[in-house]
Amino acid sequence: MPAEADPTLAALSDQLILVAVLFYVVAMLGYALDLAFGRSSTRSSEAAAPAEEAAAVPAGAALATVGGGVTTAPEKDGDAGAAVTGDAGTGTDAPAGGRGPSPWVLRAGPAAVVLSWIGFALNLGSLLTRGLAAGRWPWGNMYEFVVAMCLAAMGAFLLMQLRYPIRFLGAFVSAAAALGLGFAVHSLHVETGPAMVALNSYWIAIHVSAAIIASGLFIVAGACGVIYLIRHDAAAHLPTREELERVAHRAIVIGFPIWTFAVIAGALWADKAWGRYWGWDPKEVWAFITWVVYAGYLHARATAGWKGKAAMAVQLVAFASLLFNLIGVNIFFEGLHSYAELPG
Amino acid sequence: MTVTETPDTTAEARPAKLGAVGWARWFWRTLTSMRTALILLFLFALASVPGSIWPQRGVSDAKVAQYHTDSPALAEWLDRLWLFDVFKAPWFAAIYLLLFISLIGCVLPRTAAHLRELRRKPPAAPRNLSRLPQHAVLDGDLTVEEAARRLRKLRFRVITGPGWAAGEKGYLRESGNLLFHVALLGLLISVGVGSLYGYRGNVLVVEGDGFANTVAAYDRYMPGTQVNAESLEPFSFTLEDFQATYIARGEKRGQALDYSARLAVSDRPGAAERTYELKVNEPLDVNGTLTYLIDHGYAPTFKITDGSGQVAFEGAVPCLVVQPATFASECVIKIPDARPRQLGLMIAFLPSAVPTQDGEWTSVFPGAANPAAQVYGAFAGDLGMKDGRPQSVYEIPAEILKKMTPLVMKADPLEVGRKLDLPGGAGSIEFTGVKEWMALQITHDPGRMPALLSAALATVALVFSLTIRRRRVWVRIGDGGAEAGGLTRAEGGDFGEEFARVVAALNHGPNDGAKNAR
Ligand code: HEM
Repeated sequence: MPAEADPTLAALSDQLILVAVLFYVVAMLGYALDLAFGRSSTRSSEAAAPAEEAAAVPAGAALATVGGGVTTAPEKDGDAGAAVTGDAGTGTDAPAGGRGPSPWVLRAGPAAVVLSWIGFALNLGSLLTRGLAAGRWPWGNMYEFVVAMCLAAMGAFLLMQLRYPIRFLGAFVSAAAALGLGFAVHSLHVETGPAMVALNSYWIAIHVSAAIIASGLFIVAGACGVIYLIRHDAAAHLPTREELERVAHRAIVIGFPIWTFAVIAGALWADKAWGRYWGWDPKEVWAFITWVVYAGYLHARATAGWKGKAAMAVQLVAFASLLFNLIGVNIFFEGLHSYAELPG
Repeated sequence: MTVTETPDTTAEARPAKLGAVGWARWFWRTLTSMRTALILLFLFALASVPGSIWPQRGVSDAKVAQYHTDSPALAEWLDRLWLFDVFKAPWFAAIYLLLFISLIGCVLPRTAAHLRELRRKPPAAPRNLSRLPQHAVLDGDLTVEEAARRLRKLRFRVITGPGWAAGEKGYLRESGNLLFHVALLGLLISVGVGSLYGYRGNVLVVEGDGFANTVAAYDRYMPGTQVNAESLEPFSFTLEDFQATYIARGEKRGQALDYSARLAVSDRPGAAERTYELKVNEPLDVNGTLTYLIDHGYAPTFKITDGSGQVAFEGAVPCLVVQPATFASECVIKIPDARPRQLGLMIAFLPSAVPTQDGEWTSVFPGAANPAAQVYGAFAGDLGMKDGRPQSVYEIPAEILKKMTPLVMKADPLEVGRKLDLPGGAGSIEFTGVKEWMALQITHDPGRMPALLSAALATVALVFSLTIRRRRVWVRIGDGGAEAGGLTRAEGGDFGEEFARVVAALNHGPNDGAKNAR
């Protein structure tokens, strides 16, 4: 491992991350426009034609449930939305009553998706160049964890929206990613270089990557949870509670086994590095708490009387302990996991 | 458990006038209900929070001791509540034991039910398939036999009746779920076995010294209750050389790049020696007893002559690191054999010593570029070691120091080979060289493999239980043509997509059906 980091690559990494933030911010604006105008137009056209059958297939709510039409292949958000609008008799080009959005607003959503893919690529590029600069895995300190976690959240969202109509989440995920990256650049940045001795192990690739991927999924679920709780019943342009629940559940069902694996990989690493596989180090305690509360969420969904709001609240508690583990434990507690290398 | 359960009314309805048996039954039902398990799960999480707030014995003993000196009254109360031993506390054990009993109570009946279920046939087709959540009209002239064949191809379990076929699949969901919970029990048992039959010990070894795995050789030895001293794996080794490298330039100057210890290991008494490069993340494994490198530091060597002209001490003194960034360290030498009076010395060791502007000395780098030893306190008198109370080798208690005669306060640092004469003919101290020490943890935990297997099993089973759904499909063939209906018993919205695929397979045969649906 080289003792000296490559300064050109390191500088490139620092610039890429700034451009990535820029893209995320613009994407967020696009999603916000889409959320405010694009979707509500779909909704209001449904409201305008309640008797028509098409209204029974709400554009976004169709989360891959193909309702009555077995032969219809599930469609992506954008297409489904357009199709329904058409069915409802209020063509997108000629909005009823002139209140509808102009065509460019309708393009804001797809454009935002493209922008966030570019932002994602830049975010990834920044991590890669940083890792290459130091000749190691690019998650050796807290700056790098936060950057990687933003990448994972955005990645989880982008991949999920390929399959499920969840573009509405884009505004929240890209806002979270932009803020996270901004926070990392502003308060966590340290010069790149070799990692702590204890991190010289292939386990970092396994354990930390799994934790990051799971966290990305949990962030998507957490965004759903926050919207769920602040959502007004009258806010027609926001997704329905059922949609939010479904997306959150999806993300957690995928994230939870990955988290389980991350914790077990951590235990295997601890068995190699610290001489015991489990020792209630603060990070282990909070990983355990996070695990138990997410397990609680899954159980709550299966228990009568705990569905809906209560389950969402449980999910958010688990999410809070996840974030606390990432940030709070690194800052407040001293333990074996003190690899965060906060800037002094 | 992650399967829909109707509200447990039996748990709600308390027995009106039942005897002890009734109460016991009510208690058991309540304990094993889903809601109780959920609450216990949250309590379990909540109960471990204090374990991260207060320092824990066995994890950070020094901080626990510090807490007791800083605020003794509070510490005493915390101790009464086991808050320095959260994970060994009876209230913590109570929660997880109840949780696991609840788990057993939940798993046993469900395993029985699942075994019965596994042998049962799928239920017959309902009369009106169009009422089901999924429904489709099939085209072509399907026969019941052909429908059954095609469903079987899709790995449905199928039965047929007059004019209908019924298929069901997804049994692995419940199997996975049960297995997951059983694996958690296995994990708990493995951890328990490990703590009863395993041991852990710490020892500090200086370059050139050796270690043989016996209870007496440890600085600290923590056996499980079922371990006997004879069962320790009889290996031994010598620390031949310790090497550490540090970053020399830049923002991270002084951070360790790597360190490793070269050991000459003998697996059994009399066995041939082999060389082992011991590093962080690469423990030495001798038949399941593992030796870990967990810390390191400097052990300067000294030759101390007492007032009578005798060599009273010669050898290495392990120093504790005070400043991890520069490895500025401190050590204490106690010489009870010195004549005419006992000697106690306090020494600062600076691996890369430079003078500061105010006339002090400091270390600027962890590597031993310019090692210096500074005697900052030398005392003559009674070291108080005879009264039998154990003393730390790293400090002279303040109340003993008070009664001794100070000889030197803050001498100039010595380079290697230099000597400091103690005033009043009390003798001299010569700084003869620099060695390094390593701190090791040695563990034997018979529960670790079973724990790993349980954990791996739990994860795999979890994936099954979270991703597989139980689903049923029926086909009815009558005069009006053929139709299919389906439902899924667990939540998770997108059975429609799969159902479409099943319908395609029923229409065109499984192979091109699968192709069409992709
Ligand atoms: C039983 C053992 C372990 C458990 C349960 C565990 C758990 C976790 C969890 C849950 C995270 C992600 C937390 C977050 O979001 O911040 C994490 C991160 C991490 N773990 Fe572990 N871990 C264990 C052992 C280890 C070991 C042995 C090492 C290295 C020697 C290690 C190094 C790291 C690093 C570098 C990170 C990312 C940094 C951070 O978030 O602080 N872990 N661990």
